Amino acid sequence: MSPTIAIPREHYLNVSYGVKSWLFTTDHKRIALLYLTTITLLFFVGGAAAVLMRLELMTPQGDLVQSETYNKLFSTHGIIMVWFFLIPSIPTVLGNFLVPMMIGARDLAFPRLNLASWYIFILGSLFTLWVIVVGGVDTGWTFYTPYSSIYTNTFVVAAVVGIFIVGFSSILTALNFIVTIHIMRAPGLTWFRLPLFIWAQYATSMIIILATPVLAITLSLVALEHLFGIGIFDPALGGDPILFQHLFWFYSHPAVYIMVLPAMGVVSELITAFSRKRIFGYSFIAFSSIAIAVIGFFVWGHHMFVSGQSVYASMIFSFLSMLVAIPSAVKVFNWTATLYKGSISYQSPMLYALGFIGLFTIGGLTGLFLASLGVDIHVTDTYFVIAHFHYIMVGGSVMGYLGGIHYWFPKITGRMYPEGWAKFSALIIFAGFNLTFFPQFLLGYLGMPRRYHFYPEEFQVLNVLSSAGASILGLGYVVPLIYLIWAMRYGAPAGPNPWGATGLEWQTSSPPPTHNFEETPVVTQEAYAYGMPEEDLKGGR
Amino acid sequence: MEGNGALAEQFDDLAQQHEAASLGMWVFLVTEILFFGGLFAGYTVYRATYSEAFREASHHLDLLLGSINTAVLITSSLTMAFAVHNAQEGRRRALIVFLLLTMIIGAVFLGIKVTEYAHKYEQDLVPGIRFAYGGPHPGQVQLFLIFYFVMTSLHALHLTIGIGLLGVLAFLAWRGHFSADYYAPVETSGLYWHFIDIVWIFLFPLLYLIGTH
Repeated sequence: MSPTIAIPREHYLNVSYGVKSWLFTTDHKRIALLYLTTITLLFFVGGAAAVLMRLELMTPQGDLVQSETYNKLFSTHGIIMVWFFLIPSIPTVLGNFLVPMMIGARDLAFPRLNLASWYIFILGSLFTLWVIVVGGVDTGWTFYTPYSSIYTNTFVVAAVVGIFIVGFSSILTALNFIVTIHIMRAPGLTWFRLPLFIWAQYATSMIIILATPVLAITLSLVALEHLFGIGIFDPALGGDPILFQHLFWFYSHPAVYIMVLPAMGVVSELITAFSRKRIFGYSFIAFSSIAIAVIGFFVWGHHMFVSGQSVYASMIFSFLSMLVAIPSAVKVFNWTATLYKGSISYQSPMLYALGFIGLFTIGGLTGLFLASLGVDIHVTDTYFVIAHFHYIMVGGSVMGYLGGIHYWFPKITGRMYPEGWAKFSALIIFAGFNLTFFPQFLLGYLGMPRRYHFYPEEFQVLNVLSSAGASILGLGYVVPLIYLIWAMRYGAPAGPNPWGATGLEWQTSSPPPTHNFEETPVVTQEAYAYGMPEEDLKGGR
Repeated sequence: MEGNGALAEQFDDLAQQHEAASLGMWVFLVTEILFFGGLFAGYTVYRATYSEAFREASHHLDLLLGSINTAVLITSSLTMAFAVHNAQEGRRRALIVFLLLTMIIGAVFLGIKVTEYAHKYEQDLVPGIRFAYGGPHPGQVQLFLIFYFVMTSLHALHLTIGIGLLGVLAFLAWRGHFSADYYAPVETSGLYWHFIDIVWIFLFPLLYLIGTH
């Protein structure tokens, strides 16, 4: 442990300069930062659509935007947030940066493919942004037929092409992770010594590989139908619109786990690091990731309880949806058990992790309401559903993502962020989030349908509360953007291991050298060896 | 380039690199299976619902050309397997010959496929572009033909990419890029080529043969 902490003389950020050195880099760490910039931009584009929606919903009359515009707003918000922020968020930024570092590798197995994934991502984003600029799409992110294939006059084909392209990017990233995790682990790093973040990335990659191509072909068929008027989903020819829903949800339900599993991986890392304790039930958490990935493929029908699917199919899907809650609950109980008698410190990443556990639990339990046939019929297509999945995706995934960004920020940049501001924004995000979305549970239960830009007057109080919460939440997202950019330049040097954490990524300097480690590390113990003598955890301050 | 010249810096040795390339291609093929799988699922649903119309529509495909194409494609798999074998043995000239042969046979397949498409166009059996059908179940016959065109053209697209890929390999082989120690690109491209063939092995009976029994 060195008494003064300085930024190392040479690291991956200063090894070369200039735009070219970034645009042609094959360094997984630099590619992670390229993704970080891209998806942050897209997050604020998707966020802007949400701001306009919440402004419209301040009053019962549809006075700010027309219903056509409102349809385009929620479609844009959904498409951007799902495919261009949530799905890529943790895998492409934290995963890209950390997968090789956590397993003691010099890079991913296919570095050029990794860069190609980013370019493909950019191409897909440009398509989608172009759609927004020229007039938007109004089908919702779900593209239900026959509306999307026959009736709408908006830019369905271009939007679908954008999603198709970005799907390729996800598939290639997932492929890279799977091969890397299989082939390139450091000596001694057996599967059951892997950090749980890696298990989560692995399970996520499996889902991406298996589910994304089905979405790609399904959306291609919608585009063909829209372009040529041929109708695989057209009832006039004997086609079946319900088949579209089956194929779509065969992807889109597992996609929920693509979004939340990586966040669970992050939380597993944060909980142990800040309670200075080994994770409780390592193998249960690892296998619950796999169980979620597997069972998650067999629950898609719970999106179709009122679509005309057979009642027996609905019963089975309902049962399986209950089943998938078990591995999720296993994780929550294990995290809680890890906290028990730990020496907990409430630094900002930990605040996000604790926020995740609470919000994810609410999101998960309300998911069980929706998996129950009777209750679901009452709340289908209401704000109850909106609130439920935002608790999972924003309360879960985004909290996990931000927690991870803060936790590994010193590793990525070599500098600390201002802790006071970070705690402040973690707290207002938590408060703003709950104020935004809790009223929506009530609205949905009272019967307010989703996707309308006006509503009966008795719903106004709850809608105003929700919009007020959204403004706080928005502030909570802007503040970290500012102080993190500031800290990249002016933050105090962090040293190799500011949290005193275990894990290979903390054993090298911050920022790491281009090839991550001076020499390939050898792993001799299990993950999360907290409670070991202090000198065993190298570095720190 | 020999030996370590082909080793990328993130790998420890050529064996590890080879293993990574091979696993990467298998994972990619899993994705491809699911990509075609969406279509197969849709086909299965409609085949079960409208079995009579699908049998009827299947009669309008050219069984002779389809059978010839099946034989052509299986032959290309054989030459591809020879190419991989010669790559493993480090025989450069034979590798190039078999790669070129595979490409040519693949192109023959595409040529026959285009002929079939042209016939369909003349018979007004191309949904969305030129379609007129006087028999029973016109809508469902059209459904069948949509599946026919989407599935076979997607297959042909994969084959075209495969031919391009082999062209690059032949060029690299000509430049002396491969050796008995380093032939992973040939092997993984071979996996891809065989996969395309297997897809056809499923497409052929599902599309051409259902009306014949």
